[in-house]
Amino acid sequence: MVDKSIVGTEMGGGGMVVERGKIMEFARAILDENPVYFQENDAPAPLTFTMAGAHWPTSGGGGGAKLADLGLDLLRVLHAGQEYEYLGEIKAGDSLTSRSVISDVSEKEGKRGGTMTFITSETTFTNQRGEDVLKSRTILVQTSKAAS
Amino acid sequence: MDRINVHFEDVQEGDEISDWAPIENISRSHFVRYAGASGDFNPMHHDDTVAQNVGYPSVFGHGMFSAGVLSHYVTDWVGVGNVRKYGVSFRGQLYPGATLTFTAKVDKKYKEGDENRIDATLQGVDDKGTVIINGTLTAALPSRG
Repeated sequence: MVDKSIVGTEMGGGGMVVERGKIMEFARAILDENPVYFQENDAPAPLTFTMAGAHWPTSGGGGGAKLADLGLDLLRVLHAGQEYEYLGEIKAGDSLTSRSVISDVSEKEGKRGGTMTFITSETTFTNQRGEDVLKSRTILVQTSKAAS
Repeated sequence: MDRINVHFEDVQEGDEISDWAPIENISRSHFVRYAGASGDFNPMHHDDTVAQNVGYPSVFGHGMFSAGVLSHYVTDWVGVGNVRKYGVSFRGQLYPGATLTFTAKVDKKYKEGDENRIDATLQGVDDKGTVIINGTLTAALPSRG
């Protein structure tokens, strides 16, 4: 059981420079040979590219709660889904800052008994001109028993 | 695969795409390359010992690996820069040796402001018929007019 009062909790922020080489590396990893990602200037970020920033240490932002602080047992938490709303362009050379907030907590009875808790974290990415360019929602699920 | 970059006039509600080339022989190398590119080094995706210790037959792909590969079929279809919303949910594990096949279905065709939009549902299935990933897409398509 996760306390629903965590909705609205700020998860802190992060920073990410959209590097040309990282775009090429990411495009190759998702088997995408579209030459647009390999061009010298203004290569766009692939649709799921910002995942490459999720594992970076925060630079600048930070200070927010961590999942473990919210009463989640990370051994029972799985990535259930991911949603994106594309609000503007993200290109090589851009510098993004992000801020995340817990936007939803809901419960569902599992097929094999026990309660599954879905936790949604919404991240807004803003570019160096102050424009919001991406909303990303990460849906995590905590199962009631240890994942096995 | 061909980058079609479909036009609004070419798409009808109910259209299904089932001729996208499958990805054969999914391998550990795919997962390791995605781990490096994304920075997600969860050992469940590259260390068989860890995966087997918690009951999986072997390592399996990152959900976001499948989501990334699916996203490139999407952009080959509707064009880079035309995607307005993209969402995925992870349904099953993608194991080494699998063949992954994606399909799409156009659910809705409509105007939104100045844009010609479509909503579509997406799915990725392995060669045993296990659903690996479900997805949704909203795209703004160019018009021939």
